[in-house]
Amino acid sequence: MRVAEAWRVALDALRANRMRSALTMLGVIIGVASVVVLVAIGTGTKQKVEQQVEGLGSNLLLVVPGKIDVGNAPVVSPLTLKDVDAVSRVVGDPSRVAVTVASGATARAGNRSDFTTVQGVLETTPTVFTRSLARGRYLTGADVDTSRRVAVLGASVAEALFPDRDPLGQQVALAGVRFRVIGVFAPLGQSLGVDRDDEVHVPVTAAQRLWGTQRVDGIAVKAPDRERIGELGDRIVAELSRRHPDTEFSAVTQQQILGVLGDILGVLTGVLAAIAGISLLVGGVGVSNIMLVSVRERTREIGLRKAVGARPRDIGVQFLLEAVLLTSIGGLTGMALGVGTALLVDAVSPIPAAITWWSLALAFGVSAAVGIVFGVVPAQRAGRLDPVVALRAE
Amino acid sequence: MTASLPAGVPAIEAVDVSRTYQLDGVSVPALRGVSLTIDPGEYVAVVGPSGSGKSTLMHLLGGLDRPTGGRLVIGGRDVASLSAPDLATLRNETIGFVFQAFHLLPRTSAVDNVALPLVYRGIGARQRRERAAAMLGRVGLGHRLNHRPNQLSGGEQQRVAIARALVTDPAVLLADEPTGNLDSVTGEAVLALLEQLNAESGVALVMVTHDHDVAARARRQIAVRDGVVRSDTRAEAIAFHDRPLSGPGDRPETLSPAPSAEPRSASGSGPGRPSGGSGAGATGRLPHGTGTDGIGSSDRAGREPSGGAA
Repeated sequence: MRVAEAWRVALDALRANRMRSALTMLGVIIGVASVVVLVAIGTGTKQKVEQQVEGLGSNLLLVVPGKIDVGNAPVVSPLTLKDVDAVSRVVGDPSRVAVTVASGATARAGNRSDFTTVQGVLETTPTVFTRSLARGRYLTGADVDTSRRVAVLGASVAEALFPDRDPLGQQVALAGVRFRVIGVFAPLGQSLGVDRDDEVHVPVTAAQRLWGTQRVDGIAVKAPDRERIGELGDRIVAELSRRHPDTEFSAVTQQQILGVLGDILGVLTGVLAAIAGISLLVGGVGVSNIMLVSVRERTREIGLRKAVGARPRDIGVQFLLEAVLLTSIGGLTGMALGVGTALLVDAVSPIPAAITWWSLALAFGVSAAVGIVFGVVPAQRAGRLDPVVALRAE
Repeated sequence: MTASLPAGVPAIEAVDVSRTYQLDGVSVPALRGVSLTIDPGEYVAVVGPSGSGKSTLMHLLGGLDRPTGGRLVIGGRDVASLSAPDLATLRNETIGFVFQAFHLLPRTSAVDNVALPLVYRGIGARQRRERAAAMLGRVGLGHRLNHRPNQLSGGEQQRVAIARALVTDPAVLLADEPTGNLDSVTGEAVLALLEQLNAESGVALVMVTHDHDVAARARRQIAVRDGVVRSDTRAEAIAFHDRPLSGPGDRPETLSPAPSAEPRSASGSGPGRPSGGSGAGATGRLPHGTGTDGIGSSDRAGREPSGGAA
């Protein structure tokens, strides 16, 4: 029997039981659509996080005490501003070195308050990281050198404390100590569920005095060129290790951060896809079930076809095509539904979703494969039917 | 039309053929050593009561089943040496079947039903349709090409089935109670058509029947009882003995010692098809002539489920 003829017969069979075919397809449609949507959400989240990490600034090298790895506990930093000077000498350009000493603190202005993160930084921060101001000015070297109590507010802190007036020149109390607002950051938005505008920058020297410490939590370096970034990291780590023999230091690049984050999100996407895949599997079982019904229902037809010369293979191919057609049509419909849902989610909800060609190809391939896998048993059963018995069936 | 056999070769040759069914581990012999030869162009009636083994014999002669003993040669080929696909091809090329219950595909037009065997011969759609249409013309249904089975009367349905059996130009036409589901007038017409085709085309006609009036029209009668051939008489002999071994009445069929080897008697297997009369009534509502899908579809759709589930 020619393949075109077999397709026609299979299509006729599906048309003859429209409702049943549609319901069987629904299982596949839901399965494929959920695979497409969940993979799109996973991919979209990953892309957004990558953009944000890239957005921190280019050629960034983060130096922290301890090992950077998933699940490692943070280490109390032995670093001080003297170490920062040493790192600056290694880099050869102090304007490429930024530091942070951070702690949570309550910020008050008038009768309003906001719990936020206070970061003690150098005046180099906007150069090293990509940060821009909406209003006012950033910290200067003089501010840092003289421990001046001035502050630059993140967008959401400014909004919380000064919803209806200009924060510039106003007083804000951080952990009970008054600072003068000299600038407001342009908004950054959220990253991995964290509000990146919820912070206040003050001179590192003022922050250290505020908390009564000499420590610096971490150092960030903007490397002069991308190729030698690893080597520079090694030299900085070597210098710091020499100064603090008891502590381990790590220097990580954005690429390494992206790698770790990418791995986590990749696993997450995989888990989501696997859960969706289970529903596709259930849809496949439905196809198998309905094909067995179809074979039983058309036993006499099978007997007749065999009597007039259909070989077991001809009958098997006919029913296999019917199953593949069910899952393929269901797969295409599910893909359309999934793409539509993903675009809708991306447009109207804060959850990012990105359609990838590979997820569409995978979903369609899997649904067609489900048709073959779950169609084979009913098709073989049909092909092996004894024509005498089949012709006599009710 | 000519049968596709070399000269001198019997259409079917059975030598000491037996068929034993295994039912729940019990051996039930349905045929016990049957030997017979069907020559090209013959007109043979196989008679016997229910459970006699005549349906089993027909399934064997048609290559639908294989003997458990003996030698069976169909169209010059030993059935035992053939694989399942080869046996299917042999059926396609050598045998045409006509069943009591017609066995037409319900959602398929008459012409496509007739063309079905040609599908499995790998013939293109256009040629299939041409040959099927020509064959329908020969059985007097040239005006019903695009009707579906439920738009045809019982007699017309059986004519479609006969056209389907002959469209492949087979050596043997096997008819299993071809008039069993038809009223006597329609049955007579179908019988006359079969005899006419047998006379014209040289196809051997083997007809299984329990109706002795029908059997008496054949030039040769083979009587089967209890799984063996009880008599094999040619037309001359029939003239002498009228009905040899046909119904001595010495014992009722229900007391036959041979167990009902066939799971069901042939006459009981047909679904409740409309008789010729009611079928004709149904077609009377339809316009004649060319394709009537548009008009007939609502009627068809309403009745399709019962036909499709059969």
